[in-house]
Amino acid sequence: MHRTRFFDHVILLIGVFIMVAPVVVAFMTSTHEAADIHRNGLSLTWGGHFAETYEAVLTREGGFTGKVTGFNMMLNSMILGLGFAVGKIVLSMLAAYAIVYFRFPLATFFFWVIFTTLLLPLEVRILPSYEVMNALKLTNTYTGLIVPLLASATGTFYFRQFFKSVPDELLEAARIDGAGPFKFFIDVLVPLSRTMMAAIFIIMFVYGWNQYLWPTLMTTDEGFFTLVRGIKQILLVWVGSNIPDYNEAFALAILAMLPPVMIVVIFQRWFIKGLTESDK
Amino acid sequence: MAAIDITEVSKIYYGGVEAVKSVSIDIADGEFIVLVGPSGCGKSTLLRMVAGLETISKGSVTIGARLINDVDPAERDIAMVFQNYALYPHMTVYDNFAYGLRNRKTPKAEIDARVAEAARMLEIEPYLDRKPRALSGGQRQRVAMGRAIVRKPAAFLFDEPLSNLDAKLRVSMRGEIKRLQKRLGTTSLYVTHDQLEAMTLADRLVVLNGGMIEQIGRPLEVYHAPASTFVASFIGSPAMNLVKGVLEGGRLHIGTHAIDLGYPTPAEGPVTVGLRAEDLRPAAFGEQALAFRVDYVEELGAQRLVHGTVDQPLTASLPPEAPLADQLAIAIPTNRLHFFSAENGKRLYRPTPADGSTNAVTGVATVAAPAGRHAVNLEPIA
Amino acid sequence: MRGASGLEGQQTTAKRVQFSSPFLPYLFLAPQLAIIFVFFYWPSVQAIQSSFYLEDPFGFGATFVGMSNYTDVLKSTEYLGIARFTAIFTALVTFFALSIGLLLAVKADGVIRGNATYKTLLIWVYAIAPPVAGLIGMMFFNQHIGPVVELARWFGWDMKVGLDYSDTAFAMIVVSVWKQIPYNFIFFLSGLQGIPVSVREAAALDCRSEFRRFWTVILPLLAPTAFFLLIINVTYALFDTFGVIDVMVKDKAANNPITLVYKVYMDGFRGSDLGGSSAQSVILMLVVLVLTVFQFRFIERRVHYS
Repeated sequence: MHRTRFFDHVILLIGVFIMVAPVVVAFMTSTHEAADIHRNGLSLTWGGHFAETYEAVLTREGGFTGKVTGFNMMLNSMILGLGFAVGKIVLSMLAAYAIVYFRFPLATFFFWVIFTTLLLPLEVRILPSYEVMNALKLTNTYTGLIVPLLASATGTFYFRQFFKSVPDELLEAARIDGAGPFKFFIDVLVPLSRTMMAAIFIIMFVYGWNQYLWPTLMTTDEGFFTLVRGIKQILLVWVGSNIPDYNEAFALAILAMLPPVMIVVIFQRWFIKGLTESDK
Repeated sequence: MAAIDITEVSKIYYGGVEAVKSVSIDIADGEFIVLVGPSGCGKSTLLRMVAGLETISKGSVTIGARLINDVDPAERDIAMVFQNYALYPHMTVYDNFAYGLRNRKTPKAEIDARVAEAARMLEIEPYLDRKPRALSGGQRQRVAMGRAIVRKPAAFLFDEPLSNLDAKLRVSMRGEIKRLQKRLGTTSLYVTHDQLEAMTLADRLVVLNGGMIEQIGRPLEVYHAPASTFVASFIGSPAMNLVKGVLEGGRLHIGTHAIDLGYPTPAEGPVTVGLRAEDLRPAAFGEQALAFRVDYVEELGAQRLVHGTVDQPLTASLPPEAPLADQLAIAIPTNRLHFFSAENGKRLYRPTPADGSTNAVTGVATVAAPAGRHAVNLEPIA
Repeated sequence: MRGASGLEGQQTTAKRVQFSSPFLPYLFLAPQLAIIFVFFYWPSVQAIQSSFYLEDPFGFGATFVGMSNYTDVLKSTEYLGIARFTAIFTALVTFFALSIGLLLAVKADGVIRGNATYKTLLIWVYAIAPPVAGLIGMMFFNQHIGPVVELARWFGWDMKVGLDYSDTAFAMIVVSVWKQIPYNFIFFLSGLQGIPVSVREAAALDCRSEFRRFWTVILPLLAPTAFFLLIINVTYALFDTFGVIDVMVKDKAANNPITLVYKVYMDGFRGSDLGGSSAQSVILMLVVLVLTVFQFRFIERRVHYS
């Protein structure tokens, strides 16, 4: 019994090492000077240049246009993450409410119209989507960045499942208590969904923050770059030079992962609930 | 407070399934009516039609002389207690009580007064600030009751409100519901599948089967004169013994036995005979008796249930001091036998002096005798 | 992306009581429908339509060419090579991400001490975006400073990620697997924790060998989770690894391995071959459709048998 437990821990520790070490190394290395890294390679020790590197990355104007800062990109990431998560929750709660709680002639039709979107991810229709955005003159706008990502039924599916699990009697009691569609939604359903909303918010925020392909297509103006979108630019511009600014590249990578990682770690319970119950 | 008239109400679902078939019940003001029957008998559907949660396919329902077929549930002046209580989990007990009143724009002071009164009545005053999740099952049940009471509705509708409680709590809540209803005098319609609950609570009970009324009557009327084999087997525990027999010239044949009845029989030929377990007793010497082969015995303390066969399965409820053997002689009280048609299971009433014919009655029971302990045979004997 | 877990088949009936209103449901549906029509149906139809046309390079309209975009694509040795790589890449990423995730989940489910800590440390990588994972991977596989390259040199493997086809493929697979382990870990662990204690106890009474118990009792019970994850992992390897690949090939796709999605992107945005790229999009759509139908059929079966 003791032996097996011991090996279980060994395997888990190896797993933890593989999952954690690269990021720890990335962070530690980011506190060294570029020349130092170039000479000695990656590092597991504290380099002592944390403040200046991160300050430079956040505030120094860079990029091709020489105008974009890390802070600026972070702000864009935040707008994308929050906008996507909030938009997703509002749209999908309303749609799921209509589907679950109303009797209307075209209900089945609309159900399928919405749920068909689960079949095709954005990646298989990027080019025509881009053409549509061009036609609507939405490239290099926050609307163009966020709204097309909302065109899927993931959240609606999730809230539909949740609403269906709400006991029927609650609506019946509310109706006898004199609540109409709006009152029931605001007074009963929304407060009941709070945990679910938090869980879905976390999943969607991480999903939005981490978007790469769509922002790459939609934003050519560096003023709209998100951190994740800027990653490749970092590699091309900074690492391409003579003594590559490895430290700054790592610092940006750390910044790009920090908010979603924090949210996932802090709200782990809700995050796992949201993930396993909604399937992303 | 109001009378409720249910007149020839049917529920026909899309696809033609008829869940409730032309049911009529007249409920007097302040009466406690229990709808009882096995699951799928249409009792909940009927209640939900009165509540306005299901549409009424045919017929009419009036509450206090107002036709409410097309009235919104909120406007019907009813309150409902649900099986799972349906408390709003995110609201405090106080808010659960007040929600319906607020939606009706009741003044704040009056809401406070009514909530306080209901809470006092149900002894849940200390919990008004708690959320339902912090309450025990019994307390939640009281909150569900309180939510109905504060509304001061014309009628209470109960949908199996006790089935989520454990056995002990169910008994005490049963008493409490009865007490409250008497005190408030509010007309009540109560659905349950538990015959004991139905017997103990009802002023009158309505036995439903397959969407139709089998019998309406006061609990003891139904118990002592079940209108059909269905009611006979559903009401009472242990269930009434139903055995096949043949009536022939004033004698009842069960298997190889023949019993002299000593009164005019309601029919000739094969019948189903109903015998309550507690009406059976060990036979005295020389008395006419059935030979009863004992299979097994259940000890209940106050009595013992003896299961066995008289060429057909039979259960007798005997006093605990009665001697046991593999073979017992069981006496049959001939004036406590029930006869049912072998074809359709309807009760065969003994011929009355007036018309002398058998009459199988469905729906409202025609029986009107006082249901005392000794007035067992409700049919006037010639 | 796609829904599948336990909640799916529970009930298809709506609420017993519903509101009925002539316009409210449409009002609530309107925002979602508007977005779906503009950003899902319109582009999807466009993709299918333009896959049958040849776009004039100077923007003077398009000519209907029937199936020729498809035949061109399917005859191209380059495309077939990429398709082959995508298949291998997907198979390897799925296999390793699933098995490592399962191994860790089984071990984490078994230990009591430190359970929560292991869990946190093993799942947080989920929150890292694929291109960020790609960037960190690039550093570890960097010619000058990468410790993995040093390690490989020690074994006599001169690793040239970004220049050598198979070395780059190796790095891509490693990073893609690394990024996906947490997701599989979470689902396997919650699947394992969903197995009733009584079933485990019954198995412990019936079978002495822990390993046999795992194969004969636990694994069959995990099968639904595993199947669901299989589909998710295939989708991940096909589409979500775009970020990893894009960062790792650094715009030098010539001698580097790429996947089909990356090819769509390259042809559409770099090569401006709208028709060819659309035809490829439609082919990918068909692949996804087959996967989804496969998945739904499986779910149906699961519902009937559970």
